[in-house]
This record gives sequence, structure tokens and C-alpha cells, in this order.
Amino acid sequence: MSELIELLGYDFFQKALLAAVFASISCGIAGTYIVSRRIVFISGGITHSSFGGIGLAFLLGFNPLVGAVLFAVLSALGIQFFTSQAGIREDSSIAIWWSLGMALGVIFVFMTPGYTPNLMSYLFGNILTVSRGELWAMLLLNLLLLAIFYFFFRKILYIAFDEEFARAAGIRVNFFNYLMITLIALTVVLNIRVVGIILILSLLTIPQATANLFTRDFRKLMLLSVFFAFAGTLSGLFVSYFLNIPSGATIIFTLIIIFGALRGFQFLRR
Amino acid sequence: MKPLVDIQHLTVAYDGEPVLQEVNLQIADRDFIGMIGPNGGGKTTLLKAILGLVKPLSGTIVFRDDLPRTQRPFGYLPQVKHLDKKFPITVTDVVRSGALMCEKPFRNKREELEKALSLLDEMGVADIRHKAIGELSGGQMQRVFLCRALLSNPRLLILDEPDTFVDNRFEGELYEKLRQLNREMAILLVSHDVGTISGYVKTIACVNRFLHYHPSNIITARDLEIYNCPLQIIFHGEVPHTVLKTHHHE
Repeated sequence: MSELIELLGYDFFQKALLAAVFASISCGIAGTYIVSRRIVFISGGITHSSFGGIGLAFLLGFNPLVGAVLFAVLSALGIQFFTSQAGIREDSSIAIWWSLGMALGVIFVFMTPGYTPNLMSYLFGNILTVSRGELWAMLLLNLLLLAIFYFFFRKILYIAFDEEFARAAGIRVNFFNYLMITLIALTVVLNIRVVGIILILSLLTIPQATANLFTRDFRKLMLLSVFFAFAGTLSGLFVSYFLNIPSGATIIFTLIIIFGALRGFQFLRR
Repeated sequence: MKPLVDIQHLTVAYDGEPVLQEVNLQIADRDFIGMIGPNGGGKTTLLKAILGLVKPLSGTIVFRDDLPRTQRPFGYLPQVKHLDKKFPITVTDVVRSGALMCEKPFRNKREELEKALSLLDEMGVADIRHKAIGELSGGQMQRVFLCRALLSNPRLLILDEPDTFVDNRFEGELYEKLRQLNREMAILLVSHDVGTISGYVKTIACVNRFLHYHPSNIITARDLEIYNCPLQIIFHGEVPHTVLKTHHHE
């Protein structure tokens, strides 16, 4: 117990807790939209292509998250544009951006002189090393997400459910689609430090799958997803600390255990 | 009085292939038009053109001056098969989304909600209002989408095969309901089942790339032949039988 209190007093651990809260809110909200619209693999494409930006930042020596945002947003708009305007099949355009980003990342990292020490923490995440600046960025993202979902909730929901109906009603569907995909890109990138590029998809889908066991109402799904994301990140954080294993992977593991346990419980009760 | 919607020489093409060609159709205030025609004949495309969802290659669709310029304030019930049945949305939210089509917005959220609930009640599905869309039967789903289409008190109600996935009892109720609604609004109804709808609609439009307007609700196999409308006709009588007609244009 005293060890726990001591732990909570550490600056790095307080930051990690805040990161868990912020990540849960943004991933809970954005993830619900992603899962509902069935654009999980678009999100996967965006995530992986952001690696190109991280590589570029290593090479030129600027903040990797800036590079990641740049590549993520670019690929998000690119996928959307390829699919809706250029007439390329959606899964193919995802694959193009996904692999382009990863390939550029590998080339840039290879060209970077010397050893690139943080590379693993971008790929697999490390919630214990999140910096103050990154926390501010995550807070801003959360405020932005909350504001947009507060003011445009109905439009976002209606477009997601029946795009054609919204279009017929004169809603600027394309504008909202680009806005949402940009928000997804930002959410993905700013949470990379928590679970990493490879694992971020899980934070956007597993809490939603768990929440989906209890509700099929978009609003409640969002709230419950935030809750389950928080439960998973928090427990993962503690488990990883006390067992001294990587935090990103542990968080994914606890998220899945929560899902599995509740799904099993539900199955047995029937 | 000018027609609500005036379609002149409308041609729509997908990838250079004309789906609709030189279509003329006027929809007036109390019209009840049954639209029939083979699959791929362009029925849905015509609806989409009216709703502004597809761009015409040529021709015009003119709305009467008293309709708003920025949107097409029509009630629309799309083919439900294209919707994601697993989407996490409740019945009440689906119906309320119909408010997007309003010419004059509701004064507040409560008024909108009350209207939605009264429509669900009228349709006899008030008890399922908290259910998710995926939990409904075919008939319930069509009722919910009809409620959505009616939420905005539209002057024109556009229905794309509202009789799919429904049982015979609901089909009868639906057409009876539409007949009542027709006292207040024009209706454009797409259906496969000429035999059933001809008892309810006032006029018939046969769409098979071209549109042939039939200014009465009685249509015979011979009419369809003249219109080059390959279609299955079901005669409702003591001995039901089916006559298959296959004709091609040109």
C-alpha cells in the first residue's frame, strides 16, 4: 500500500495517469465514431503512415510528433480523396498510404546518422515517458473533440448512420467527413506515445467492443467506451509497473482481458 | 398551379452509360404516382436525381418557387437494404434525424421529440422507441423509416420500395396509411408489385431508361408491352398466376 502511495507521488507517474485519462477520453470518443462507421482500417492506414513523419523528424531533427501529425493528416485526407474523388477502391487506397508512410519511415530512419533511441517507444508506446508538452497537446485535443461533438453531435451521428439522407437534406457531408478524418488522425498521433503505432488501433476498438456488449445507443457507447478505455489503461499501467513489463503491450492485454471477462460473463448468464 | 417538381428532358449517366434518358415528369400537389420498372431500369436513380444526390448529364429539375432553394425538403424513405443494421443508433434518434429535411426547423428539441414520439405512436411502434435499429423486424424498420420521412411534414413523400422485408398485413396497412397521407402530400412510390399498388396509386410511371407516364392506375400487360417495360405482373384473383414479359428497347 505504501508503495502505491509513494508511486502516486512521483512526477512521471502522475503524468502517466493524466495521459491515461486523456487517452481514454479521446480514444473513447473517436473510436466510437470509427467503429460505428466501420472505418477501423482507414484509421490503421493513418496510424501506420504517421511513421513516415516520425522518420522524417528523426532525420531532420525536429519533434517526431509534429512529423507524425503532418503525415497522419496528409494520409487521412489522401485516403479520403483517393476514395471519394479519384475513384480508387477504398481498401487499395488505404494500403497505398499505409505502406507509403511505413516505407518512407524506414528509409528516413536508415538515413539518420547514429542510433535512434526513442524509435521503440513510438512503435510500441511507453506511457511512463509522456512529456509535459505532449500532455498539453492531448488536453487540447480532448477539448477540441468534446467541443465538436457537443456542437455537431446530431449532424455527426446522422451523417455516420445515413450519409445519403444527410446529403439530400443539404448537410455539407464532405466537409464533415474531412473534419472527422482529420480529428481521427490527430487522435491517433497524440496517443501514439501511450500504446504506440502498432497497438493504437486496439485503444480505438476494444473499449468500444466491450461497451457494445451493454448498449447500442451511440451516446452511451461513447461514454462507456471512455470508461472501459480508462479501466484498461489504468490497470495496464499498474500491472506493467509492478511486473516491470512494457506498458503499451500490457494495456492492450488488460483491455482484452476486460472484454473477454465481460463477454464470458454475459455468455454464461444466458 | 405549377407542379411541385418539374422534370424536363432529364438524362443521367453513370460512366458514360445512360441510365435515364430524356425523362419528363411533373409532380403536382396531390399526386400519388406509382413508379414501376425492372431492376436497373433507373427508378432509384430518378429518385436520387430529384433528391439532388446524382447530377444530371442534361435536362432540368425545377422546383416550385415556394420551395426552399438550398435543400430539397422532401420526405425520403430509402431502400433499407443499403443501411448498416448494426449501427449503434436508437429508433428515436433515427426518427429525429428526419428533422434535417424540415423547411422550418422545430422551435426546440422537445417539440421535435414529441413529434417523433407521436409519429411512432401513430404507426403503432411506440414501444420499440428505445431499441437499436438492428433489433427490429423488417416491418418495424419500415415503419420507423416512414416516421423519419414524415417528421418534417413534407410536401412530397418519396418512398423507395417500402414493401420489401414486410409481411402482407403490414403491406396493407402501409398502403392504407399512404392513401390517408396523400390527402396532405404528394407521394412518389417505387414498387415491384404493380398488382398491389395499382389499387392505391392515382397514376403510374414506368421507368426503363425512358419514362412512360400512364395517367391512370389501371395498367394492363398490353400497356406494359407498348411501353417496352419488361416486368412481372401479378394478377390478384381467384387463381393467382404470373405473366412474365421480357422486352428490350430498340
